[in-house]
Formats: sequence, C-alpha cells, structure tokens
Amino acid sequence: MNMTSTPSSTASTPALQLEGVRKVYEVGGEPAVALDHASLTVEQAETVALLGPSGSGKTTLCSIAGGLLSATDGKVLVAGEDITRYDPRRLSRFRQSTVGFVFQTVNLVPFLTARENLLVVDELGRRTGAAARRRADRLLEELGVGDRSKNLPSQLSGGQRQRVAIGRALMNEPQLVLFDEPTSALDTATGEQVMELIRSEMGSRGTAAVIVTHDDRITRFADRTVHIVDGALDA
Amino acid sequence: MSLEILELRRRPGRFATATAILTLLAALLMLLGGLLDGLIAGSTAAFRAQRADLVVYSSAAEQSLPRSRVTEATRSAVEAVPGVADTAALGVVQLGARVPGNAPRDLAPVALLGYELAPRGVPAPPADGSAYADRTLEADGVRVGQTLQVGPARSPVRIVGWVDGLTYAGQGTLWTTVDTWRSVTAANRPDAVLGPADSQALLVRAEPGVAPEVLAARIAHVNDGAVDALTLDAAIEAIPGVSEQNSTFGQIIGVTLVIAVVVVALFFALLTIERLPLYGVLKAVGATSGRLFRGVLLQVVIITAIASLIGTSIAVAIDLALPPGSIPFDLRPSRALWNLAFLFLAAVLGGAFSLRRVLRIDPASAIGSTS
Repeated sequence: MNMTSTPSSTASTPALQLEGVRKVYEVGGEPAVALDHASLTVEQAETVALLGPSGSGKTTLCSIAGGLLSATDGKVLVAGEDITRYDPRRLSRFRQSTVGFVFQTVNLVPFLTARENLLVVDELGRRTGAAARRRADRLLEELGVGDRSKNLPSQLSGGQRQRVAIGRALMNEPQLVLFDEPTSALDTATGEQVMELIRSEMGSRGTAAVIVTHDDRITRFADRTVHIVDGALDA
Repeated sequence: MSLEILELRRRPGRFATATAILTLLAALLMLLGGLLDGLIAGSTAAFRAQRADLVVYSSAAEQSLPRSRVTEATRSAVEAVPGVADTAALGVVQLGARVPGNAPRDLAPVALLGYELAPRGVPAPPADGSAYADRTLEADGVRVGQTLQVGPARSPVRIVGWVDGLTYAGQGTLWTTVDTWRSVTAANRPDAVLGPADSQALLVRAEPGVAPEVLAARIAHVNDGAVDALTLDAAIEAIPGVSEQNSTFGQIIGVTLVIAVVVVALFFALLTIERLPLYGVLKAVGATSGRLFRGVLLQVVIITAIASLIGTSIAVAIDLALPPGSIPFDLRPSRALWNLAFLFLAAVLGGAFSLRRVLRIDPASAIGSTS
C-alpha cells in the first residue's frame, strides 16, 4: 500500500516531507508493520491533524518525523534536512535545533519552575544565556502563564502545564512542532483553549505543526486532517 | 544552575539516604585511617624520629632490636666502611615503672631507650640516671622532677623533661644515655648479656652523595655478614606487627570502599530507573546520553563531597574528644586525603554502573511510540 497525502498549496521548503516511509518492528520474532509506505508533506506554517485510532501508527509517524525513531525504509526531510540516516548523536542535535515536542502526559521536569522548564532546552542545546531567559519570559507571557513562571508543575493546573509544555516546545524556535494527544489529559473546555492557543501560536510564528489525536473534535483547529489506519495514510 | 544541581537543592530528601550512608562510610574510613596511623605511630614513632640513614642489627637477631647485640668491635668495623659518616648506639628495654604517688602494683609500662644521636624532638642525651619522658606517660601520673623506679630491680631514673609523640611498641618512652640504658638492662634483665660497650643497634649516617641502599650493601659484608643494615623505612617495616597492622587495616579499608561502590551503584541505579520517563523526555528534547550521564556523575560527586565533609568533621570531632593516650588515634591530612580520593573514585565507579541504563533509554519512550 502506498498512500500519499499532499497539501493544497506548496510554499518554499516544506517543514516536513515523508516519502514512502516504512517502519517495521519485530514482535515475538515476527515483523509487525507500524507504518506502510507513508508519504506526507507539511508546509511551513501549516497545521495538520493526524487522526487515527489507537495502534494505527500515528505516534510512530510522529516519532519518525521528530527524529525520535529511524525509519526502516523511505526518506524523511525536516525543513529540507534529510535525517533519514542520522545516527543517534546527530538526531539529538537535530532535535535540539529543529523540532519541538508536546507530549501526551506533559512531562515537565517536576522539580523545575515553569521558567526553568523552558530553559532546560537552552541548557541541553547551544547555550544562549540571557537571550534564552528573555525568550522564556516572553513565551510564558504570550502563553498566558507569565505570572506562574516561578511555580513548580505541581502548583499549576493541567491547562497551565500544557501551556508551559508548548512554551518548552517553542524555545528552540523550531521549524516543526509535534503534538502527541495534547488535549487527552484535559477537560473539554481546557482542551479547546489549548487547541486555540496552539493554532494561534503556530500561526503567528509561521511554524508547522502535526497534531496526533484520536479525537476528531480537534480537527477543526487544523488546516488539514490526515487519517491513518493500520499504518497507512489517507488524505 | 544545572538541572542536576537544582534537583539536589530542591529534592534533598531524595538523596538523603545515599548521603547518610556515604557520610558513615567516610567517617569510618577516617576512623580506620586514624587508628591505623595511631597504631603504627605508637609502634614506630621512636624509630621514625631518628636522624639516621641506616639501622644496623646483628644478623642473628633477624632485624629485631631487642634480640640484637652490636659489639664495640663490630661498631669499629662498620665505621671503617667507606661512605659511613658516623654511627650512634641505640638500645631499648621494656619494663614496668613505679611512679611516685601511684599504688605499688600500678606500674606504668615504659620503653627505656639509650641514645647517643638525638632524634627529632629530643634534646641531647641528659646526665646519666636521668631521662626525658614521652608525654603520654603523664596519663600514668609521671611528672617532671620525679624519680621513677624502673623494673623489678627498681632502678632509679629521674625525669628531667618531656618529649612529644615518641612511643615505641605502643608504650611511652624514657630517653636516657646509653650507659644508663645498659645499667638498667643489666640490673633488670639478667638474661640480657651486654658487654661494657655493647649496644643493640647502630644508627648510621651516610656521607653526602652516598645512597643509603648502596651503603647498606657495603655494611652487609662487615665481619663476613655479621650484621644486617636496613634503611630507616625498612627497619620501621620490620618492627613486629607493623606490616600486619598495615595489611589488616588495608583490607578493612578496601572492603569499606567496595561497600561504597555498591551503595552508590545501587542508589543511582534505582534513581535512574525512577527517572526513565524524565530521561526519555530530556532525550526527546535533545539531551545526549553523555549529557545525562555527566549529570549523574555530577550528583555523585556532589553528594560524595558533602558526605566527605561531614564524615571528616565527625572523625576530627572524635579525635579532639579523645583524651591523649587513651586510644592510639592519629588523623593525618595525607591519609585523610588519600581515603577521600579513594572514596570519590569508588563513588564515581558506582555511578558509572548507571551508564548502560542511561545509554539504553529510548527517546521515543517519551512519546510512547513502540507500536
């Protein structure tokens, strides 16, 4: 199966290009295909919702796009950079500089304040010091949690934690942000607020986003929805 | 401030157990080192203070000072060896001393040394019949100006001053002339046959430019091998019990360090397992395995430094609290630094066991993408 999803319009260099990507795991000595010749192009500033049921391969696709996993076959380009054959060290550098992640369970560092959780990205990557601190403060303000910058995650609500996580994903000024079920741990109202925020923040920055979800209610916040079933994409 | 230091500051309770155990181990290492050096000093201080290059024994004595006899003729032969600058007689006898004011059977154990060449910290030999006393004897009631009755013959020895830290075989010493030592020995040890000019050992100083080892080899040929010449360090090592004490304490210290490796390894292995989700996220946002492992080692080094500081303070406090002469305890900076260096090495080695686990953390685990 070779299913391709393409955007309605193409800008300069796409933020993400997957070409015939396969991912095969070995389960109990038998090959299990998680992604089957998936091809997807996400343009700059475009927000794509990747919709599919549990076990459909959407998280695997998201991981390959973000350099967390390597594809078994096919080609992966992020902001024009071919990461298909990168070794783990180069993938680490790539993740430091080019992509941002927002995880399903938020996963903020529990002993760091909101501001420090953003600054972790700077500490792990190229240290910019004062510039990073200014950027962290600005992001927290823009995300509406500037007054909670000195609070630990345990002192924040679920929605506030997710905003901080979005701020962390944006700290390295990424070309592409990958969201893994960003509203699954939130109630409906807070989830909608967070999705509004994601749309406005990505749009204002011209940053591309892929939102992995199994909840079709949030597809209205995306420019485009791509379905995935049994590892195959369908426009 | 780095992630790891912030964790230590904000979650000190998480590291309290490991720090407490390492503190106890650091204190134990200091106490063991102090006891070892105290025991060794108690056995060897009188030798260690000698200003000589070599110690010469009669070969039949098998490097034992009490058994050795060096005659006047042998001394002349040694002095004739090329490279010998000068020699000095040395003798020791261990006896009980009656102290004025103490009960008749309350004897103070003393080692009476006859000397010609003043060791470091000891004045030139006093008049015959008098001696300088090691200050540890103060705890037995000895005072300057007293006349002790030494040995079963109650040989009188008048105390004319103190010397510090010069014990022999764990006993306080009395430093007197060779003639006084000879007369006290003859009176109290009828079995110890001494000629009028005999001593137990000769201290030898080499001429400038002559290596002690070379001179020792030359002296060994005197009178067809009638004598053994040992460097001062070798003579100290040959004192009965010294090498055994070193070996025994060395093994106990070694086991303590192994325990430190195991404690740190287990603690940080558990901590790493607990942190797997967090490490997954950090790897996902760009942390390398090397960066995370360096963070583990940084925490290991910091908690070991804190434990070392507290452990050393405990040992110093114990050292200060001990009454002089009660327990042979000598906390030396060099021993303390070596023990701490080994403790740091053991802790880093223990922390290194987490490396494999850190390397195996899959950044994709942060996003749950294994299906």
